[in-house]
Amino acid sequence: MINMINVSKIYPNGTKALTDVSLRVEKGEFVFLVGPSGAGKSTLTKLIFREEQPTRGQILFNGKNIARLRPGEVPYLRRNIGVIFQDFKLLPNKTVAENVSFALEVIEASKREIRKSVPEALEMVGLSDKVNAVPSELSGGEQQRVGIARAIVNNPPLIIADEPTGNLDPETSWEIVNLLHEINKCGTTVLMATHDKVIVDGMRKRVVALENGRVVRDEERGAYGYED
Amino acid sequence: MRIRTISYFIREALKSLYRNSWMGLASMGTVAVSLIIVGLSLITVMNANYLAARLESNVEIIAFIKSDVSEDDARALKNEIQSIPGVSSVEFRSKDQALVEFRKELGEQQNMINALGGENPLPHLYKVTTISPGDVEGVAKKLELFPQMEKVDYGKGVVEKLFSITRWVRLVGLTVIVLLGLAAVFLIATTIRLTVFARRKEIQIMKILGATNWFIRWPFLVEGMVLGFTGALIAVLIVDFSYLAVIDYVQKDLNLNILGLQKDTRFLLLLGGVMLGVGTFIGALGSGISMRKFLKV
Repeated sequence: MINMINVSKIYPNGTKALTDVSLRVEKGEFVFLVGPSGAGKSTLTKLIFREEQPTRGQILFNGKNIARLRPGEVPYLRRNIGVIFQDFKLLPNKTVAENVSFALEVIEASKREIRKSVPEALEMVGLSDKVNAVPSELSGGEQQRVGIARAIVNNPPLIIADEPTGNLDPETSWEIVNLLHEINKCGTTVLMATHDKVIVDGMRKRVVALENGRVVRDEERGAYGYED
Repeated sequence: MRIRTISYFIREALKSLYRNSWMGLASMGTVAVSLIIVGLSLITVMNANYLAARLESNVEIIAFIKSDVSEDDARALKNEIQSIPGVSSVEFRSKDQALVEFRKELGEQQNMINALGGENPLPHLYKVTTISPGDVEGVAKKLELFPQMEKVDYGKGVVEKLFSITRWVRLVGLTVIVLLGLAAVFLIATTIRLTVFARRKEIQIMKILGATNWFIRWPFLVEGMVLGFTGALIAVLIVDFSYLAVIDYVQKDLNLNILGLQKDTRFLLLLGGVMLGVGTFIGALGSGISMRKFLKV
């Protein structure tokens, strides 16, 4: 599904975020991306949904080189990727249901599709009873569930989660990761950047470790492996 | 494009106009003021052009014939004058006709003519008009070459002066219009930039969710166009009504007929249409400018 070949990213200010990274993620995988702050985890995720462009190298998404995408094609790439953020990025003046249906409205989905998919997504994340609440009335964990519902509502083949549990307490973090695991079991590929040692060690999934912009370790059923 | 999408664009634009109503009113007012001045400049330029054109076409050459040339000899010149290139009409006026006319003009003071004792001091003359105002000077020069001519009069220099005056009016008017148009674009751009800034988080989320740039852009374009159009509408109403009032005053109270375009409602409609179009375009351009940088990523 994702195939990064010798990818380097140097920001205009000279920061070398990634150096010669090669990484393959197959369809249906659950991958943890770990490493200390500034190792390049965020940059790597941003390259996949084309918030950033690589300085060198190729990034194939389903066989298509997204480094060479024309600006007009980028929105259609992003419709295949659900993104979940540490700070949830919900719209504060919209209700839970509106935040989720927003994802379908902006890609001009039909009304029928919205009526069908939004309740399904909200049921999947267990928020069916909070559809009319606004984000400020929800706990952090509930807000992140809204974020997840919004990411999965149009059934993208890939979910990218950038530190989705960074703002949550350990118990809620587990709920969120279990939810992502459920989604993964339904066939969706999940790429999660985190530095939550307990979760990575507990899940025993594939772990890709970044350090100073390089992949230093890539193991199936891996552990976090850092003492930080 | 789906109808639902279009109604979404309009809804979003109106919502945002409502949210930033003070800023919206301010920029609407600026568009209105700019376009009022644009409209008044245009009216001035058009009327000046019209006046100039009328004066230009009114310029005629008067050729006075020497007093020792008989009426028959004078009349015989007509064909020769007619054949000068650029001449459009030739009219002979004998000294007797001229005296009759003079009498009429004098009205109650015609005893002044009686005092002349039957003598007619007026010369025979030709009134010559040209096809285009540019021909006046050349035709007059040729007429001067006739040995029978005493004097050829055509208001030397008036035509040239008119040409340079209309050129200046046009130039100054155009400069004012362009500068004010730019100011209006800038103000709309600033208003829209505030809206964009207030909604930058929403725009960022929309981009991540896979909205196309045009989908994001449209509500802001609509907002800018509504601002520009409304401002222009206010300007059109003010300009048209004040112009009609001025015309009324000039015609009734000053009894002047220099504003030649007043009866031409097509002119006012055209002016209104142009101003509305320009206002809407200014709005779209302003919001387009403030969106451009924002949508790069």
